[in-house]
Amino acid sequence: MSMLSFEKKYRVRGGTLIGGDLFDFWVGPFYVGFFGVTTLFFTLLGVVFIFYGIATGPTWNVWQISIAPPDLSYGLGFAPIQEGGLWQLITICAIGAFVSWALRQAEISRKLGMNYHVPIAFGVAVFAYITLVVIRPVLMGAWGHGFPYGIMSHLDWVSNTGYQYLHFHYNPAHIIAASLFFATVLALGMHGGAILSATNPHKKGDTVKTPYHENSYFRDTIQYSIGSQGIHRLGLLLALNAGLWSAICIVISGPFWTRGWPEWYDWWLSLPIWA
Amino acid sequence: MTRRLILLVCASFVMVACERPPIETSQNGYRGTAMVDVSNPRDPMVAMEYPAALPAAPSSGPKAGEVYENVQVLGDLSVAEFTRVMTAITAWVSPEQGCNYCHNGAEFASDDMYTKVVSRRMIEMTQHINSEYESHVGGAGVNCYTCHRGKNVPEYIWFEQGDSANGNKYFMGWRNGQNRPGADVALTSLPSDVFVQYLTANDNNSARVASDTAHSPSPKEPGITAAEHSFAIMANWSQSLGVNCTYCHNSASFQSWEQSTPARTKAHHGLNMVRSLNSDYLIPLESAYPANRLGPEIGDAPKAYCLTCHQGQKKPLGGADAITAYPSLAKN
Repeated sequence: MSMLSFEKKYRVRGGTLIGGDLFDFWVGPFYVGFFGVTTLFFTLLGVVFIFYGIATGPTWNVWQISIAPPDLSYGLGFAPIQEGGLWQLITICAIGAFVSWALRQAEISRKLGMNYHVPIAFGVAVFAYITLVVIRPVLMGAWGHGFPYGIMSHLDWVSNTGYQYLHFHYNPAHIIAASLFFATVLALGMHGGAILSATNPHKKGDTVKTPYHENSYFRDTIQYSIGSQGIHRLGLLLALNAGLWSAICIVISGPFWTRGWPEWYDWWLSLPIWA
Repeated sequence: MTRRLILLVCASFVMVACERPPIETSQNGYRGTAMVDVSNPRDPMVAMEYPAALPAAPSSGPKAGEVYENVQVLGDLSVAEFTRVMTAITAWVSPEQGCNYCHNGAEFASDDMYTKVVSRRMIEMTQHINSEYESHVGGAGVNCYTCHRGKNVPEYIWFEQGDSANGNKYFMGWRNGQNRPGADVALTSLPSDVFVQYLTANDNNSARVASDTAHSPSPKEPGITAAEHSFAIMANWSQSLGVNCTYCHNSASFQSWEQSTPARTKAHHGLNMVRSLNSDYLIPLESAYPANRLGPEIGDAPKAYCLTCHQGQKKPLGGADAITAYPSLAKN
């Protein structure tokens, strides 16, 4: 496998987080590393568990396949393999694989002399998943509060969990998270439009334009351009906060609020100014 | 530093408005479907208990109806048992005023106090509930204390709303009974004057607004308003029992009885019961009440809904037995 001319510079050993130079090599273009091996281990084991669950389950219909967490009666203990124990094992494997992948990203960042933006960004998504299947179930006292692993079944879970709090759109953290998701795609859409417009010549013979033109466009239209590096910082800020506030909005539903979310705003009515 | 301080203040403010773990949960469906009821064991709607039943009285001897005048209900009880039930009712309904809250102290048989007329009808209503609505109150039954809790008038009753709180009917600001945090609809902005429609016997009391098909054949019926009314009455029930939607419904299909929990069946019998209580017992009493007992806005009779008995609990008073010690309140 050929290497790009500058790639050699980065294929340096060392910078690992654990295990010295164990697995500190490349296979073709792919860095292996200790955490690459653990990622592979947890992924394969988890997939085997998933297929075991499907094979011993009632259906092969890909929409209906579901591996559900245990009954609430098992609390925070282990459940029999066919009564939610499989979900517990798969959850352990998933977290093992996700965290391994984030740590592998950290090792590659170190080799490249980068800061840790990439593993931190991925870490927020992993944190949101861990919030769903570990932190919130622990706070509520049972693994059974995790969501089931299935295409339709996890949507049923989302719907019912929303109705546990009457109207989830009134969840203040959900409002913030949804707004941030929309802001993220708006920013991405505008950025993509700007880049495509600037770099795709309008007709043959036109020159490819530069960030100078992009800045001019946004300064002309909205009086401000965040700049070609700033837009990526903004994108990161919006996207990570969207994930973070998603985690917050679900972890407060149950452990920190048991009633309908519209009722939460009673604090406004109870302010001493007019109450 | 200042920014951190502001963030900290905001965060703590938000958390003060919240509750805290540990919470209580119960599972109502297959695992992993989030068919779960979530509640706070420290909820201020605290569980009250029935007063201890009075010692049993002999059933022999002359009947109350033979000894006393004008005994229209409970007349076939022995005098001893009759006195025992009267004593219990006093403790349940008028512990401070005693017998004289309903009886003319000089002439107990007299019907000149409205409270006596009303309480006689309430005894009949209690017997009606216990004998006809086993499907809803079975296993526990009700007595006066279920609603009254030691008060002359049950704390949770409803009246019709007039137009006074709705703003100007003919110009801007018309609220149409909604857009305020309604105390009876879990502080949502939903319409809060929906009880006549659903909780009295009438032709328009079905809360079924879900379409059978992906695209409703008639986009106008049932309309958004009907959906809001349905949500409002459901929010009221949820609040009354201290439960969430998934206590009765699977949100995959709210209308499907197959996917609903048994609690929904229980609630359906309760709905029929409340309609009967309002239409057959409570509304016809309107002419018996003095003005200060009638609704503040249009002068209607006080009426019952789920909250009247449940008072924030899945089963009133934790499902404690209300009737075994007073079998006369369960007869027709």
